Amino acid sequence: MSENPQTADGAVPDPGAEVTESVTEAPPEEVTAELADDMHVATGTREPILVSSGVTMQFGGLRALNDVNLSLHEGEIIGLIGPNGAGKTTFFNCLTGLYTPTSGQVVLRGKPMPQDPARVTEAGVARTFQNIRLFPSMTATENVLVGRHVRMKQGPLSSLLHGPRFRRSEAEAAERAEKLLAFVGLTRFSEELARNLPYGDQRRLEIARALATDPSVLLLDEPTAGMNAQETEATRQLIFAIRDLGVSVVVIEHDTKFIFTLCDRVLVLVQGELLVEGSPDEVRGDPRVVEAYLGAPPEEVSAQLQTGGATVGNGTAEGKSE
Amino acid sequence: MHAVEETPRLSTFLSQIANGLVLGSLIALIALGYTMVYGIITLINFAHGEIFMVGAYGGLATLTYILPTAIATTWYFALPIALVAGALVAMLIAVAMERFAYRPLRNAPRLAPLITALGVSVALQEAMRVFYPGATAALPFPNLFVEGAVVIPIGDGVVIRYVGILLVVMSLVLAFGLERFIERTRLGRAMRATSQDRDVARLMGIDPDRVIVLTFAIGGALAGVAGVLYGSYLNNINIDMGFQNGIFAFTAAVLGGIGNIRGAVVGGLMIGLVKALAGQYMPGGTAYDYVWIFVVLIAVLVFRPQGFFGESERVRA
Repeated sequence: MSENPQTADGAVPDPGAEVTESVTEAPPEEVTAELADDMHVATGTREPILVSSGVTMQFGGLRALNDVNLSLHEGEIIGLIGPNGAGKTTFFNCLTGLYTPTSGQVVLRGKPMPQDPARVTEAGVARTFQNIRLFPSMTATENVLVGRHVRMKQGPLSSLLHGPRFRRSEAEAAERAEKLLAFVGLTRFSEELARNLPYGDQRRLEIARALATDPSVLLLDEPTAGMNAQETEATRQLIFAIRDLGVSVVVIEHDTKFIFTLCDRVLVLVQGELLVEGSPDEVRGDPRVVEAYLGAPPEEVSAQLQTGGATVGNGTAEGKSE
Repeated sequence: MHAVEETPRLSTFLSQIANGLVLGSLIALIALGYTMVYGIITLINFAHGEIFMVGAYGGLATLTYILPTAIATTWYFALPIALVAGALVAMLIAVAMERFAYRPLRNAPRLAPLITALGVSVALQEAMRVFYPGATAALPFPNLFVEGAVVIPIGDGVVIRYVGILLVVMSLVLAFGLERFIERTRLGRAMRATSQDRDVARLMGIDPDRVIVLTFAIGGALAGVAGVLYGSYLNNINIDMGFQNGIFAFTAAVLGGIGNIRGAVVGGLMIGLVKALAGQYMPGGTAYDYVWIFVVLIAVLVFRPQGFFGESERVRA
């Protein structure tokens, strides 16, 4: 934390400003165009690429998710909002194979989602975490290269002998990592250890690492948590740019203003159930959403408090994912 | 007058430095396995010393029972074949150990695999004693390299055997190669990622089980190579060699900062030097050289508990 990041050309940036301020610019267009070429995840299909139908998740006596349906189309940005403990992260865990739903199923491009996280990644679903989970003692570049793992082919023997296939695969991966870091605006930190990055930039690095797996679906769990207004705006621009790469995005976020200005469609999850689904305008005006967020009128609040066990239990269920 | 007396002293000192470096680089090779396994699954594999021992016997068996005498006595055939055989046998034992002893305990409390490691260690020693012909006593091991020595003309002369030079060079080359492998390749990055966050590594498409097997295999192969080199240098092996050198190697790994490749090498060399110099200069001579190794360990741990290269604590911003 105390180290001053040094840029490649040797210039030491102003330490105070450097360590606290994250990237605030949108990704450069030419990098976006190049990356879209490299990843070619867009297929132009009009079928939904990710469909969850009737997903239910039971933890002992607690139903963390109940019959959740979602269909995500190519190039779409969907927002998932709801109070704490509503089951948003649990839902993400079901989508990425960390949890096997008690009932219901998740289908990716017409095929059932594998139940092994590694295979899910290979199939084209990537995610970031609510509590940042980078590889702290690896550099930014190395973190992105680990994301490249599933797309790289190197035999153990070839790696030991540094054969031509090894060199080619390393060179390709390094080039992609460089582009991805440029895309999220972290080129100047490429050789810095992940744990030394400013907080907001760690979130961006996690996104770059997820993109390195060539996903067609990206799941972002609270990508702007703890960010200031400029950083949040930069994240919005970044997510638009990711959409422009052809990647479909599902975002969990508490910041409703952020969600309503970002997403094509918004789903509201309350106590494990899908309460409302619709365009930002429809959701914003829905009285049930207002109630879920701001609380019911006083007499109902006291009634709810008596049955409060469910909400607390829900929180525990989400905690398991961490 | 004094200068004349100084020269033999200097030659003794330099001889001990050379001895220390040879022993130290051997310990470093074993320590690499300790430190890698710890780095990935935070297990002190106390049976790792036995892998080193089994590797030496594997090399000896190949020379004695498999190779025709003509080949077994020609160093440029015998050396590489024995090294590869020792490495393969040790690797096989290490992988089997992981598969059948440690993997079933992956999610057990940490004490369980630790006790298992001690059990595996005893089991391997006794199995060797029972099944290897003549292993109840020390067995002669041929020098697999060119006989002879470099003599540096200082004082009484500093004698450095060729096989010792081979040992140091090979150890350093292997350690350097390992570091490059871990730093620069897809599998090496997968190993580091697994050690830092196994769940997220899995989410990146890395199979932690395969990475763990690979770690045991590499550590085992290095220990096997060390076993054959040890036999070739000391010209006899016994079934206790694994326990003794395993403890040194473990100490080396801790001294350097467990989990750290460079630390294991520096720790190994340091222990070799302390053992050789303490045996020469400290009261009690070689009978007490062990004591000084642990004195150094304690001293280092008091001032730098994480070892030379260890990270003090993982900081999560």
